[in-house]
Amino acid sequence: MLTLKNVKWKPDDGDEVLKGIDLTVETGKLTVVTGPNGGGKTSLAKVISGLRQATGGQILLEGEDITNLDITERANRGISYAFQQPVRFKGLTVKDLLDLAAGGTIPDEDVCTVMNKVGLCTKDYIDREVNASLSGGEIKRIEIATVLCRKDSRLLIFDEPEAGIDLWSFAGLIEAFEELKKEKDKALLVISHQERLLEIADEIVVIADGKVRISGPAKEILPELMHDEKSGGCPIGKFEKEARSNG
Amino acid sequence: MAEMNKVTEELLRAVTDWVSGDFDGAAYNIREDGGCAGRHSTEHIKIEPKEGGTGIDIYIAPGTKSEKVYIPACVTRSNVKDVVYNDFHVGEDADVRIIAGCGVHTDGEGEALHHGIHRFFLEKGAHVIYEEKHIGTGDNAGKKRIDPVTHVELAEDSCLEMNTVQISGVDSSIRKTSGKLADRARLVIHESIMTDGEEYAETDFDVEMNGEDSAVDLISRSVARDNSYQTYHSRIAGNNRCTGHSECDAILVGKGRVNAAPELYAGHLDASLIHEAAIGKVAGEQIMKLRTLGLTEEEAEKKIIEGFLRG
Repeated sequence: MLTLKNVKWKPDDGDEVLKGIDLTVETGKLTVVTGPNGGGKTSLAKVISGLRQATGGQILLEGEDITNLDITERANRGISYAFQQPVRFKGLTVKDLLDLAAGGTIPDEDVCTVMNKVGLCTKDYIDREVNASLSGGEIKRIEIATVLCRKDSRLLIFDEPEAGIDLWSFAGLIEAFEELKKEKDKALLVISHQERLLEIADEIVVIADGKVRISGPAKEILPELMHDEKSGGCPIGKFEKEARSNG
Repeated sequence: MAEMNKVTEELLRAVTDWVSGDFDGAAYNIREDGGCAGRHSTEHIKIEPKEGGTGIDIYIAPGTKSEKVYIPACVTRSNVKDVVYNDFHVGEDADVRIIAGCGVHTDGEGEALHHGIHRFFLEKGAHVIYEEKHIGTGDNAGKKRIDPVTHVELAEDSCLEMNTVQISGVDSSIRKTSGKLADRARLVIHESIMTDGEEYAETDFDVEMNGEDSAVDLISRSVARDNSYQTYHSRIAGNNRCTGHSECDAILVGKGRVNAAPELYAGHLDASLIHEAAIGKVAGEQIMKLRTLGLTEEEAEKKIIEGFLRG
């Protein structure tokens, strides 16, 4: 599905953030990218979705080189991205945003289905503006809903979907991800530190200091991360320490 | 049945929900190039001309419910300067909708101007929704101007909701709105203005809340494109226990310019007044979000502006 070969990204006015990422995301699987803060996870998601242009390497979507495609072109090839920090729009309602995401007027029953998945009551939210009147948790759930109602999505990227979401809604979100895993033509890439998400992952990728530190099947990687935690250390802390000593 | 020219028909379609014939039995007065192109009163809404044809008085009977009255004005050619005085007398506990669009068209190099002076007198407990859409048409060199002046007097427990829209084609617009509110009266104004080319739009609100627990909410959304220029000034005076809120948001596109000057005056310890203002270009992250949904940059900007003006 998605292959990254030695992908690099350096902002115009700063140091290299992604230092040669090699990564494969497969259809029908949930791949969770985790790692310490500032390690490059969100930059990676933005480079994949086109919000940032890679400064090196190659990005392939089902064999097609999309490295030089812009955001719109990648979206129209099936890449969807739920922002870590959702954008607010004065004047646009939740319904407007969901219609835009669906590429047309979304039927009421589909709105209900999507809103339920993110733990929101349709009638309370559908006509509300996506503005500052919404709390962080509410807007985060609407952001996730925009990705869930996109048609023809092949690669769904969620950047810290758990942030600001209450326990009950998060349980619903886990169910939604597990349902999406069953759709064999889709791949899920989730950036998260959340243990519950790591537990349902098929693959885990740990990124620190702009590099993939370890990756592989969750059943192999997760025990290693958990072992570190049980032994009194932070499961990803050692990568942070290594990054600091390297830097 | 109204008798009007083709340009008026086109303008009416643009500024009201008129299709053909009359307005489905509702009261109406159609003004065309300074004259009357049609008038109809109903049992509860009487429209009477002022002496000398300078305008009309609209009398809405007390207790009138769910009725509409249309008072569109059209200028359909160059070298017309139409000045009209319309007074709305809304009886106690009436609840009506007033649709007052204005279209100005030029067919030559001369200017076309509509200068509508409206006064609203709402009696106790009356509720009015007032809708006003302005548009300019015609590709000729003649300038199209619309300069509305509105004054409202709101009695106890009355409420006026004004929705005003100016979307395109008006070269110059100077809009002045003033109001005085009695106890528990409420004034809500939503204004949407988009200017482009070399257009100029000026907005000036001056509202005095004299009554206890009166309230005003002014919301202005504007988009200044190309080389157009907009100015916004609002003055809210709280002379009693009251709440006032004004919000002026503007988006700049190209070389558009906006000057916003809000003013609040609290003349009472329990006057609670707030102003919010934000001016800037369309946020890059908003465009990026919509592009991740498959829209092009141009489509994204269009949707953001449409929503912004509608909100």
